[in-house]
Amino acid sequence: MTATLTSRSITESSASPWRQVKSGLATIAIVAALIVAVIPLVLIIAYVVSKGWSSVTASGWFTDDIPIFSRAVGPGMGPAIVGTLLITGAATAMAVPLGVLGGVYLNEYSAGSRYGRVIRFFAEVMTGVPSIVMGLFVYVVWVLEFGLSAFAGALALGALMLPIVIRTSDEMLKLVPRELRESAYALGGRKAGTIMRVVLPAAAPGIISGALLAVARAAGETAPLLFTIGFVNASNTNLFHDANTALSTQIFKNAISVYPGQIDRAWGAALTLIGIVFVFTILSRILSTVLARKHQS
Amino acid sequence: MTLTSSNERLMTPTNVATVNEPIDDPAEAPAELVFEIRDAAVDYGAQRAVDGVTLDIASREITAIIGPSGCGKSTFLRCLNRMNDFIPGAKVSGQITYHGEDVYGPKVDAAEVRRRIGMVFQRPNPFPKSIFDNVAYGPRINRYKGNLADLVVEALTQAALWDEVKDKLKKSAFALSGGQQQRLCIARALAVSPDVILMDEPCSALDPIATSRIEDLMVALKRDYTIVIVTHNMQQAARVSDRTAFFTTDVDDQGERTGRLVEFDLTNTIFTSPSDPRTEGYITGRFG
Repeated sequence: MTATLTSRSITESSASPWRQVKSGLATIAIVAALIVAVIPLVLIIAYVVSKGWSSVTASGWFTDDIPIFSRAVGPGMGPAIVGTLLITGAATAMAVPLGVLGGVYLNEYSAGSRYGRVIRFFAEVMTGVPSIVMGLFVYVVWVLEFGLSAFAGALALGALMLPIVIRTSDEMLKLVPRELRESAYALGGRKAGTIMRVVLPAAAPGIISGALLAVARAAGETAPLLFTIGFVNASNTNLFHDANTALSTQIFKNAISVYPGQIDRAWGAALTLIGIVFVFTILSRILSTVLARKHQS
Repeated sequence: MTLTSSNERLMTPTNVATVNEPIDDPAEAPAELVFEIRDAAVDYGAQRAVDGVTLDIASREITAIIGPSGCGKSTFLRCLNRMNDFIPGAKVSGQITYHGEDVYGPKVDAAEVRRRIGMVFQRPNPFPKSIFDNVAYGPRINRYKGNLADLVVEALTQAALWDEVKDKLKKSAFALSGGQQQRLCIARALAVSPDVILMDEPCSALDPIATSRIEDLMVALKRDYTIVIVTHNMQQAARVSDRTAFFTTDVDDQGERTGRLVEFDLTNTIFTSPSDPRTEGYITGRFG
């Protein structure tokens, strides 16, 4: 048997023809599945670009106030861009540090304690809470008392981001090898210093990617903002006072309108939002690659 | 400036200088003891991993711990600098004294124990930092007041790595080869002026050339440091160590495996005329 196998030339495959057909079919099926998966993505982007391009390129789109009259045609979307950046920024500033600390607690300090397990469980449950419920919660505990504001929206978005940041930080810290911590301890290191100087820097690229995922998700959220920030047509840079507006809620409001000018602005806002998320994704990729490469060249 | 002089600034000298000329026969050397271990045992939860270890570790000698896989060599080694504190459920009993003080005493600062008793691990595990920052890490966290750059140079020189890295101190430690990384880890351990260096199979991830450089280094470091090395490699134990402890695994009726010290003696005696048949069986390759 071995004699026949080795006596043949290596150009003659020993695989049966049917096996080669199966392999070919499987390759075709996988490529087809990939195409099917990519089609919707390409279509969405192409459609939004084609519909929104003229709005976005009109002069004043990024700076002008949103027209008050529904029938008005033309730009801009300035206040919504300001609002989205303000609200998402404030939400990130609250949720990311808190979430990373939460992840550090779960992975470094709770060590299988009951309290740690309960927190981890609730962080997982919170990831699945519908965003509108978060909005409702903030509406009840904050807006009814202090009124609509960008900060109220940031609270709702922050609450959505928090569990994502906690979980990714927890997972990324888990990947830091035990040997790395132990070598810091073997030099007389203490726990807090070791976490700050060795463990967190080693996990930083992954934590940044996770945080960005949360930011991207929050930037596109609409439901929790509807009844926490309200609507305005002029820019409001005050985080804590008065109603505000955001790209996502403007898309919602304008897209359901019957007036062509508003529908155009909805497309423009959609393209702007995709662009903002895209820019942040690229920036965080660069940051996380730089951090990862810094000491691994 | 030698590293021993910076020693005095970082810590109170704990070991009085012993004999400086090479000790040909360690049995004749005045044995100043660094560790006295009496009936030490380690439990992981309900399971006893290591039981009844009694041995003394002498100053400025290389003590090798050999034995088959799973016999508790590493677990025992990690007791000496309280590294097992980080393993949930691990409990050390018996008595381990370091220069006469109980390592597990109630007032003992475990971080200080670990600074004096350094450790080198199986896999080279430099921090994701530059070569300089790796060596400087320990002195920095221990608030070293002297000239950090000088200290780093000394430590790298002592670890026989200086010539290879002097032009690339700012480069990532990961740019070094495995053997260089392991010597960097040794330099990192030396930079905090330890008294003892524990080595947990330090060459098992290295090729023969890198291994032989580490072995040469160990013999050179013996002048200033006490070294305890766990190794799978019997030839290595025979080549570098002064005394050898042979551990093995006992399996009881329930199938529970417990590591035990079988024999502890001068390395020469262990490898030429062991008194226990299990030691003989292991070193002649009949099991393990």
